[in-house]
Amino acid sequence: MNAPEPPVQPLTSTPPPEPLAEPLTSTPPPEPLAERLTSTLLPEPFGGRRRTGGRRSPTLVIGCLLAGAIVAVAVVSLFWLPFPPDDTSGGRLAPPGPPHLLGTDKLGRDLLTQLMIGARIALTAGIGSVALGGVLGVAAGLPAGFATRWLDDTIAALLDILIAFPTLLLAMLLVAAREASLGSAVLAIGLAMSAIVARLTRVLVKRVLAQDFITASRTSGTSWPRVVAEHVLPNIWPTLLVNLALQLGLAVLAEASLSYLGLGAPPPNASWGRMLQEAQSTVLTAPLGAVAPGLLLIMLVVGVNLVADGLRDVADPTRRRSR
Amino acid sequence: MTTYLLRRLAFLVVSLLLAAAVLFLLLRLLPGDPANSLLTIGADPGQIAAARHQIGSDRPLPQQFVTWLGQMATFDLGESFISTLPVGPEIAARLVVTVPLTLLAFLLAVVVAVPVGFLAAHRANRWYGPLLNGVSQFGIAVPVFWLGMLLITSFALYFHLLPAGGFPQDDWADPADALTSLLLPVVTIALVMSASLIRYVRSATLDVLDSDYLRTFRALGSSFTGAMWRHGLRNAAVPVISILGIELATTFLGAVVVESVFALPGLGSMLAKGIAQHDYPIVQGVLFVSTFGVLVIGFLADLAQRLIDPRLRGTTTRSAR
Repeated sequence: MNAPEPPVQPLTSTPPPEPLAEPLTSTPPPEPLAERLTSTLLPEPFGGRRRTGGRRSPTLVIGCLLAGAIVAVAVVSLFWLPFPPDDTSGGRLAPPGPPHLLGTDKLGRDLLTQLMIGARIALTAGIGSVALGGVLGVAAGLPAGFATRWLDDTIAALLDILIAFPTLLLAMLLVAAREASLGSAVLAIGLAMSAIVARLTRVLVKRVLAQDFITASRTSGTSWPRVVAEHVLPNIWPTLLVNLALQLGLAVLAEASLSYLGLGAPPPNASWGRMLQEAQSTVLTAPLGAVAPGLLLIMLVVGVNLVADGLRDVADPTRRRSR
Repeated sequence: MTTYLLRRLAFLVVSLLLAAAVLFLLLRLLPGDPANSLLTIGADPGQIAAARHQIGSDRPLPQQFVTWLGQMATFDLGESFISTLPVGPEIAARLVVTVPLTLLAFLLAVVVAVPVGFLAAHRANRWYGPLLNGVSQFGIAVPVFWLGMLLITSFALYFHLLPAGGFPQDDWADPADALTSLLLPVVTIALVMSASLIRYVRSATLDVLDSDYLRTFRALGSSFTGAMWRHGLRNAAVPVISILGIELATTFLGAVVVESVFALPGLGSMLAKGIAQHDYPIVQGVLFVSTFGVLVIGFLADLAQRLIDPRLRGTTTRSAR
């Protein structure tokens, strides 16, 4: 007879431990020692043995939908905009309705157009900072993980100091030194982020290097560069990726704050932060202009954070969900 | 513990020196000579040299750094290019706004986040546990300045209950007046701060609730409340305190932005104005004081952590972040 269906788990409860979900009769094939050692201490690489298969993370799906919508808008804005960005022919503070679907701002620019450009700016700022911070951070953190005690302590202390240096203030200083532009903001946020990424990379690398399979690999004659490529990087990048996704959300918020203070991308290609600052004086007469950019910002950041949480669930099914 | 204290103190001093060096170099890398502020357009080379000599920017960089460091150490922060008033007293006057704003917001955030985070973990199987968690997930995505705008709109512009911004001219002469003008900014920062704190408290509580020692203590006949008081609180506090140090620094940065929203005459608006006017003595003074504050907060958080958790006392590096 058919076995009864397992009860459907409510989303909030802890998922059952992975091994029990598999049929108990089939013994898994023996795996190499190295893999067994990693799986107990480190999160699984995405392509690893315990691929989640049919079980999808709902967090990941919702996050992808939210962030994906913003990405779609940003991509569309590259090819089509309802109005040119600096077209002020619609009249000031026009109420929502055709032809200006969401109305116009206090200079007569179409709100929908501005919002679409803002999506592009927010994503550019977020992805740009994460790319810069990620590359610099891994480049600094990877060798630091190999360093001997004395040098390692020094690097750790230096990174702690860099992290203690307030990010936003550093960004403001850099923007003051250069000019208020998207590039300055990305540079500042990316630099600040690289210290955080470097520290995480260093800790992760040290943890992997302490494993027996690294010693085993070295004893069998593998060169250090190959050990890094074959063992270290595949073991650290799931955790790193989750962290970078979280940093992306923070970078988007940081850029919005800078723009709000007038230190971001200048109009007419303005970011959501700048739009909010300009809409502040007309919040009672044209509330949409002061509400919509904020909601889109939240949507993007929540989406990215959910993607990060979802990736963590997929990367490491043994952990409790969404901690 | 004494060894640790000395090592940590040495680390604090070295970090302060390095931070000062970074700040000094960054400001010297800025385009334009500080002496330009003394000159008018079309000054001849002789005047430029005289001005550079007066300001001291013609001397070698290390020498400038030592002089500068000596001035900073005695809190002689120079004079504003624009108003020619000394920067130190101005910062002191502004701290009267920023420090209460930061501390009140931080206290309120902790008072909100600790019980809420505990409930979100302890009641994870009731309907409101996940709800609280979801709200905090949403809250960390809210831009602090936007929340400020919304609160001004509703409580000041629409209901006319509280002032939309500004601070009494005579500072704290009338405490009630000053507190009223700080109420909305404090709530704004506290709400955003508590969102991320809730997640840390929840995570720390979950770890404690899962722990073997708590189960054993309960099995020995202790009540849940008793076990939490004796063992749970102390263990959950360790990761949370190390986060609190960082969060207090973040609260301060939140204050910098929120001061602009509420037009408060604090350190943040001073910095924003200094940057806009390229008034570098102001910028460097504010950055110096705030970096100093952030580093000292980190030092205190590390000490507090070791007072609570004897297991950490032998270690020098920071634990769970």
